[in-house]
Amino acid sequence: MSTNKLNDLFQQDLNVVNVGLEKFADSLRSLGTKTTQVDWKPPAGGNAELIKLFDRLEAAEASGKLDRAAANKEAIDRVQAGKPTLMDIGIAKDVVPGMHKKLILHAGPPVTWENMSGPLRGAVMGGLMYEGLASTPDEAAKLAASGEIEFDPCHHHSAVGPMAGVMTAGMPVWIMENATYGNKAYCTLNEGLGKVLRYGANSQEVLDRLKWMADELAPILRAALKAHGPLDMKNLIAQVLQMGDEGHNRNRAGTSLYIREMAPYLVMLDEPKEKIARVFKFMNDNDHFFLNLTMPAAKCTVDATAGIEGSSYIYAMARNGTEFGIRISSMPDRWFTAQASIVDGLYLPGFTADDAARDIGDSVITETSGIGGFAMAAAPAIVKFVGGTPADAVNFTRQMYEITMAENSTYQIPAMDFRGTPTGIDVVKVVDTGILPAINTGIAHKDPGVGMVGAGLVKPPEKCFQDAFKAFVEKYA
Amino acid sequence: MKRIILRKDSYYDSVFLMLISSNIKKMKGISEAVVAMGTEMNVDLLNDMGMGGPELKGATANDLIIAVEAADKQTIEAAETTVDEKLREKADDSSASGWRPGSAAAAYEAVPDSNMVIVAVPGQYAAREVRKALQADKHVMLFSDNVSPEDEVALKKLAKQRGLLMMGADCGTAIINGKPLCFANVVPRGPVGIISAAGTGLQEVSTLVARAGSGVSQGIGTGGRDLKSEDVGGITTLMAAEALAADPQTKVITVISKPPAPSVADKVIAALKKAGKPVVVHLIGRTIEKSVDGNINYAHNLEEAARMAVALAAGENYHSRVFDVDDDAIDAIVERETEGISSQQKYLRGYFTGGTLTDEAVFLLDAQLGGIHSLEPVDPANQLKDPHRSQEHTVVDLGEDVFTVGRPHPMIDPSIRTERMDKESNDAEIAVVLLDCVIGYSSHPDPAGAMVPAIKRMKAAAEKRGGYLAVVAGVTGTEGDFQNLSAQRQTLESAGVVVMPSNHQAVQFVGRVMAKLAAR
Repeated sequence: MSTNKLNDLFQQDLNVVNVGLEKFADSLRSLGTKTTQVDWKPPAGGNAELIKLFDRLEAAEASGKLDRAAANKEAIDRVQAGKPTLMDIGIAKDVVPGMHKKLILHAGPPVTWENMSGPLRGAVMGGLMYEGLASTPDEAAKLAASGEIEFDPCHHHSAVGPMAGVMTAGMPVWIMENATYGNKAYCTLNEGLGKVLRYGANSQEVLDRLKWMADELAPILRAALKAHGPLDMKNLIAQVLQMGDEGHNRNRAGTSLYIREMAPYLVMLDEPKEKIARVFKFMNDNDHFFLNLTMPAAKCTVDATAGIEGSSYIYAMARNGTEFGIRISSMPDRWFTAQASIVDGLYLPGFTADDAARDIGDSVITETSGIGGFAMAAAPAIVKFVGGTPADAVNFTRQMYEITMAENSTYQIPAMDFRGTPTGIDVVKVVDTGILPAINTGIAHKDPGVGMVGAGLVKPPEKCFQDAFKAFVEKYA
Repeated sequence: MKRIILRKDSYYDSVFLMLISSNIKKMKGISEAVVAMGTEMNVDLLNDMGMGGPELKGATANDLIIAVEAADKQTIEAAETTVDEKLREKADDSSASGWRPGSAAAAYEAVPDSNMVIVAVPGQYAAREVRKALQADKHVMLFSDNVSPEDEVALKKLAKQRGLLMMGADCGTAIINGKPLCFANVVPRGPVGIISAAGTGLQEVSTLVARAGSGVSQGIGTGGRDLKSEDVGGITTLMAAEALAADPQTKVITVISKPPAPSVADKVIAALKKAGKPVVVHLIGRTIEKSVDGNINYAHNLEEAARMAVALAAGENYHSRVFDVDDDAIDAIVERETEGISSQQKYLRGYFTGGTLTDEAVFLLDAQLGGIHSLEPVDPANQLKDPHRSQEHTVVDLGEDVFTVGRPHPMIDPSIRTERMDKESNDAEIAVVLLDCVIGYSSHPDPAGAMVPAIKRMKAAAEKRGGYLAVVAGVTGTEGDFQNLSAQRQTLESAGVVVMPSNHQAVQFVGRVMAKLAAR
């Protein structure tokens, strides 16, 4: 029998945590006793089946059958140690694993053409026209439905794509490498705002821009990057968080820093100055240019955790406009999906919630890695998305610490006394607390070809987290 | 007209909501009001009340329901505004005290040197919160009831293994290091260590220790099952006894419980004999065979337990007595109170809010009155047929579950008791009403004042019938309590209540009154 700790308690100052009825905390506080009130809610929304699973899981952990803490520590250590580095720009078919002419990669979990949302269909049609496999949207739609074209998530090819996330064989892509673990990640170049392929637009203007990006933008950026040498993205993201970006919905600082970083090399290129100027202007006109760099940086960081037995770390979250899906480190190839949510957002003039497509895109990889919505407190300029005041943004971030496993050792938030961002979402904590990951996102028009209609916040569906949790308990407890 | 609103994902504590409901119900023009979480039980309840509707479809335990029925739209809107104001009071509190962790785990991480966790959540979730607290190496006070015996055994074993104190389940009162936890009173620190399986028992004994000029080193609640159940086997009592035996501040250990399971009692008594200091034991409802056994002293009632402990701690002899004042003085009050009672007035009615205080009254008066009807009678034959209606001599604890479903405990909101009193004020056969009045932290801010109108109505009704109603009460509390003992006594006295210094003396006084009536 271990020693009775009561006599120690009798010698200490009482320091109370009050779980439940607040009246009790009020009395103790009035006496000057240190008391912490827990904002208690029924676990797992009061779901009896899930609570039973918690008992089972906790019993397995107590008996030593499962060492989830150690597995999760391994996962979070790998995330902290990851060193995303921008290496190069290549053409998808040459560098992206498994890429070929008749393969179209898209955002989110797997989805068939029949089940694709409007914006994703629009982007697929645009992609087929871009590849020269169809000449009109109708023709492209027929081809897409014919079974001749293969569809696969970006995530299955070490890639990520914002919004529709369509990547085709001929597109230029950023090549990111996790310098610590050697794994790579790929992402297309950001096209800018308005009518763009990632929002499902596929008009001639969209295709022309994509072509210019492949023919002029990508080679020039590539040459500049070569002259510059590999770019430490971790350092750059740490800086942008201190400059008012959160790394998902605000990328103004990141885009500016990238321009500054590359400018000395761009101007020295042996290219006509009109071309160099067009590249500068393109980047300068598009605040979100940097998003397509944070995304693969996040992807190659978290991918290093795939396949850690016993870990409940969520290493992928993604949406395809039809479904929201997540993947867990210990079950790396399995998607847990549920219907994608409607985004609670602010709309561009002339659009309303009726125009909105369901949540779409791989950009939630930023939240998965501990930035984006999780770093909302770093981005006071966009607090209107979360309620309006910088205090709301801080509370938003603060809440995310309750579902994550660590504070980021590199990404810090000045307004929170340089506290590390909440990093490493634990599916067990999500289901237990009922706190869903906070995701910042853009909103696409529900019809193909229209484009962006707004931006805002989205709560992912609880069901996919619960399903993943159930599967985890089934596997390990 | 009715209005039913469902607000998704807005969790509030049920007791907090019950208080809001009862506030709204009191508003003018409101015929029904329920503010509650959307649990299956609550939704069923609302449907049964005719307050259900399609709005409630898909409601979960995390969704807030506001259902109001009133004569007109303005009243409903006013009620809604009030609900929002009340809900916001809680939110404002939180902003004043800064960030609040959304889970206990987050709290333990944020406050690593926390050492005591109060768990006051719905019963079905309580065991898990306790387990987590114990695993985080915290002592626990489990206020929640409806925790299964199996869970209690498993949790107490875990606590013991880790050397931690687990008070409860259903532990309403504790005083640790001089700090009152949950329902407890302001008492000075002193040499008397108390271990109690009964909440109001601990309140009564600790306040009487204070009244006798002494103080309490520690007041440890164990939960009612600790000694009663062989499976629990007194784990908490034994750990507490061991700790108090080793505690230099504790000179005397006092143990209060309902009669324990015999095997558990043997174990506990054997342990207490080795305590190396005097021990006072009071087992409510058990006749004492031997009053002293080595260092163990058996007390006959809660007050005696307190006074005996104070005497032993001071190294003095204990002198037994019933009343503070002499018998002549008591006889004079008995005379005064019985004078006007008519011949058709025969019965005693006890309306209690404290469970242990109820037990003390039932046990002491049962034989004299030839049986008292109660929810826990001495003789099972005297089980109250309808808990909501008194018959002949009846003493009820209105804090019993049967009365508190969906309503706050009468110690928090006295309306369960006053409604019962009003309902029975037209009973011409009542001669004497016996009340308790428990003050202290977490209790109603003015329990005496809250029952005065009902007392006056009962007395007036008796007088209108040509009789007189004697009303007797004990107040459990201290001068340090925010409601203030003297102020509470005065409030009752000014309403014509005979206020006695303890529950035991109130009960004994009623015994004298009933004897006098019987002799007429």
